Amino acid sequence: MTEASIAADRSVALRLSGIRRAFTDLVVIDDLTLDVAAGEFLAILGPSGCGKSTLLRVIAGLISIDSGTLDAEPSGAKLQTAFVFQDANLLPWLTVLENAALPLELTGVGGAERLAIASRVLAEVGLSDAESRYPAQLSGGMRMRVSLARALVTEPRLLLLDEPFAALDEITRFRLEVRLRDLWIERGMTVIFVTHSITEAAFLANRAVVLTRRGCHIRLDRRLALPQVRDNQVRLSAPFADEMKLLLGAMEEED
Amino acid sequence: MRKTVSAAIPFVVVTLLVEGLVRAGWIQAFLVPPPSAVFQTILRDWPELSEAFAKTSAGAILGFLLSSLAGVAIAVFLSSSRRVQDAFYPYAVFFQTVPIIAIAPLLVIWFGYGLRTVVASAFIASIFPVIANTLDGILSTDPALRDLFRLYRASPAATLWKLRFPAALPQILTGLRIAGGLAVIGAIVGEFLGGQGLGSVIDIARTQQRTDKVFAAVLLASVLGLALFGLINIVSRLVLRSWHVSEQS
Repeated sequence: MTEASIAADRSVALRLSGIRRAFTDLVVIDDLTLDVAAGEFLAILGPSGCGKSTLLRVIAGLISIDSGTLDAEPSGAKLQTAFVFQDANLLPWLTVLENAALPLELTGVGGAERLAIASRVLAEVGLSDAESRYPAQLSGGMRMRVSLARALVTEPRLLLLDEPFAALDEITRFRLEVRLRDLWIERGMTVIFVTHSITEAAFLANRAVVLTRRGCHIRLDRRLALPQVRDNQVRLSAPFADEMKLLLGAMEEED
Repeated sequence: MRKTVSAAIPFVVVTLLVEGLVRAGWIQAFLVPPPSAVFQTILRDWPELSEAFAKTSAGAILGFLLSSLAGVAIAVFLSSSRRVQDAFYPYAVFFQTVPIIAIAPLLVIWFGYGLRTVVASAFIASIFPVIANTLDGILSTDPALRDLFRLYRASPAATLWKLRFPAALPQILTGLRIAGGLAVIGAIVGEFLGGQGLGSVIDIARTQQRTDKVFAAVLLASVLGLALFGLINIVSRLVLRSWHVSEQS
């Protein structure tokens, strides 16, 4: 089995057709159509308040749609979706290990097994030493890594991230971006990453979609011409600057 | 220890001030007895007062335990849906608005003279803050955390016991702190009419113009209230110290 076929096997493809969602009189998503390929790393960019977080919640099934269709392939697989929120949203009364194991606990995985899985994933995000700590004893970056580990313990086919690094300092954000990109390559899952940061989108994604300020219309849909394996040096390269320029141009356009 | 010393300073200052004002004749001793007379009364009447203290303690603690358990259970029930809240919450408010002194005679008729009336009075006086605080805590769970549980298809029972209830613990403990004091008040009121504890001592001493004994009994009732408050604070510290800001110095 090739690496590509493994990736396709463990990821999920999405098709959003004519999606509409309004809150009373405010139409947040207006007739959005978007295809996401299996194994793709898609960044959704847009100004604050444009509805990109609502779109992510629609994809997660946390918000219903007024009209349109949302199809996933393969469909119906339990726990195929995981979500990383803007805030870490850890349960403060649970330790780091217990927080990471929470999705497994909720789905009935036995105590020893779920703690072993959570411990392994915490090691992947560099938090083995913090397993017994409580969220209040962690830095913002560590809390976000626990949140990422919690999302990964179920081996999701689709990982949704809603501006997870927005509140972090730049160095921590750079480190986590590199780690997330590595995890995506290792695990071969589909990732949709919502952000208002152009540099973040350009560094992380293989494809970036820029949304309009109103209605979630697609202003730019671009496959980024950057290497598959990326480190911080990529941020200083000319192709990266070119992609940034394109994305910035799309972001600055008026509706 | 430092907290105890800080709290004791105002008590000592006020005690000395009242003692001085009474001795100087600025306050009539039959209205407000000198603190020294109150302490002498406590020592002299200790067999009677300690027995009354034990009876009031039993009534207040039993009423408090019942209101804690029932209050949390009712709040969990009320949190199950908006419709349930609309239908039943007004009856919970009834317990808050009803003047306990007004229904104490009814309690004597229903439960007879003795501990059961005192427990019922303490229960009625103290249940509402438990219900209100528990319900508020359960309903104010972070929506993002609720989304997280929905995403993993957690059952309503799992969401309640693994998320909503632990998240509500700080508010529940605040409700219990308030309820502890109210349970003592309820027990004293119950004893005015139907019991033999400190409430009964206060009522009899009042008719005898024994203000020193009234103050002695009130002081012991306060000690009981403070003890309950302290006990709940210890529980709160044990439960919350690892994760909630209210218990982290």
